[in-house]
Amino acid sequence: MATKEEPLLKVNNIEVIYEHVILVLKGVSLNVYEGQIASLLGANGAGKSTTLKAISNLVKAERGEVTKGTVEFDGKRVDRLFAPALVKMGVIQIMEGRHTFEHLTVEDDLLTGAYTRGRDKKGTKEALEKVYTYFPRLKERRNAKTGYISGGEMQMCAIGRGLMAKPRIMLLDEPSMGLAPLLVEEIFEIIVKLNKEEKVGMLLAEQNAAMALEYAEYGYVMENGRVVLDGDAETLSDNADVKEFYLGLTAVGKKSYRDVKHYHRRKRWLA
Amino acid sequence: MAFFFEVLITGLMVGIMYSLIALGFALIFKASDVFNMAQGAMSLFAGLALVGFLHQYMHLPLWLALLCTVGVMTIWAYVIVFVVLKPLVNRPPLMLFMATFGVMYLMEGIGQSIYGTQAKGLNIGIPDNSFEVAGIFMSSFDLFFAGVAAVLVAGLIWFFQKTRNGRALRAVSDDHEAALSVGIPLLKAWYLTWIIAGIVATVAGVAWGTRLGVQFSLSYIAFKALPVLIIGGLDSIPGANRPLFQALRSVRKRDS
Repeated sequence: MATKEEPLLKVNNIEVIYEHVILVLKGVSLNVYEGQIASLLGANGAGKSTTLKAISNLVKAERGEVTKGTVEFDGKRVDRLFAPALVKMGVIQIMEGRHTFEHLTVEDDLLTGAYTRGRDKKGTKEALEKVYTYFPRLKERRNAKTGYISGGEMQMCAIGRGLMAKPRIMLLDEPSMGLAPLLVEEIFEIIVKLNKEEKVGMLLAEQNAAMALEYAEYGYVMENGRVVLDGDAETLSDNADVKEFYLGLTAVGKKSYRDVKHYHRRKRWLA
Repeated sequence: MAFFFEVLITGLMVGIMYSLIALGFALIFKASDVFNMAQGAMSLFAGLALVGFLHQYMHLPLWLALLCTVGVMTIWAYVIVFVVLKPLVNRPPLMLFMATFGVMYLMEGIGQSIYGTQAKGLNIGIPDNSFEVAGIFMSSFDLFFAGVAAVLVAGLIWFFQKTRNGRALRAVSDDHEAALSVGIPLLKAWYLTWIIAGIVATVAGVAWGTRLGVQFSLSYIAFKALPVLIIGGLDSIPGANRPLFQALRSVRKRDS
């Protein structure tokens, strides 16, 4: 994107080390602009989740640390802040695997998302109504324990909970994980709607590259703890390597499994 | 038959005394997945502190002494969370469990150095008369603490179900990291939990201390509350107050 304005979120060459020894991110840089949907693609273990956690500072809760580089949000350096402080600023991570609070009802679960609003009862109530208009399913299930609702509803609950905290940017970690294709589409539609109507920036970590590139404006491809490729969603979708390795297409079209044995194409970015 | 009911009622009363302690275990286990070995020591220390404020070192009025005791338990909560547990966040629960052992010995040791080792009487002016209702003897003292326990449990249930902080504590107990991701600071939540556990321990310490005298065996009476926990559920606050099992236990004991 040829935007001249300063990015809302600016990740500058960060390195993350877990337990003081395990080097997971080896210099990741990316930008997310106000109201943009950016996606972070890559296979298992590429470092997508860690990148998101480094931004939201949840790495610290897993004994990880940002050892080099900086994270800036809205012009301020945030990589030394405590995770709840970032939530207060509007940086909200929706964790992978739908971490709802299983003993809480859907409504209570959503209300925990408003914790950083303090005693603002009116704002909390309005936010709750808003979440219910985006996710009517949650309203129907409001008194069910989140441990007993379906996977799709859990994901909606997790996103709705994030919405309660006045987000300016949401870091979504694999929202499509383990969901039926139809539900994935529904969730992505809502993400786009939130982005348009609530002006929430989105950074989307996804293995489902086809889906992510369809909905995002910009994409970053990660491998082995590095960003190896980035570009507009269309440019990336046209890239031969991305097609081959992430979208399962070749120059001739859909790949046949008969050809797998003769798999010789090298990734050009790993010289 | 009257004898049966008398034993049943007495058993229920004793069970409620145990459930006061079980409540403290359940609170901390719920919030931090830690079985708190120091729960009994907390009751002991609260009892000792109250005796100190009331009879031994100062002669404060009861309400002020109770307030000061809760203050002392708040200081303990701070030390436990920010000095002992903070470096152990995200370590296996077993490590936190072992740390609470240390806290138990520390509390007993400091308690002995400040207040001495002999058993002390604690009198907060609740009469221990027995009276008869429909042929069953009851103790006014037991009834009083049954009432206190009921109020305490009702208050805690209200706090956990209806308030913003209570909801946050429930969230923390379900999933630490997810709680952090919605902006609930873990250590602050733990601090709050340990303060509440300290208050519950104070009530238990007063109840047991008045009954048996404040002495070091109070620290171990806590473990007799374990059956209540197993029956009621280690992470259930309403469950901790199911004294029926204790009642049945005492019925069997007296019959044999």
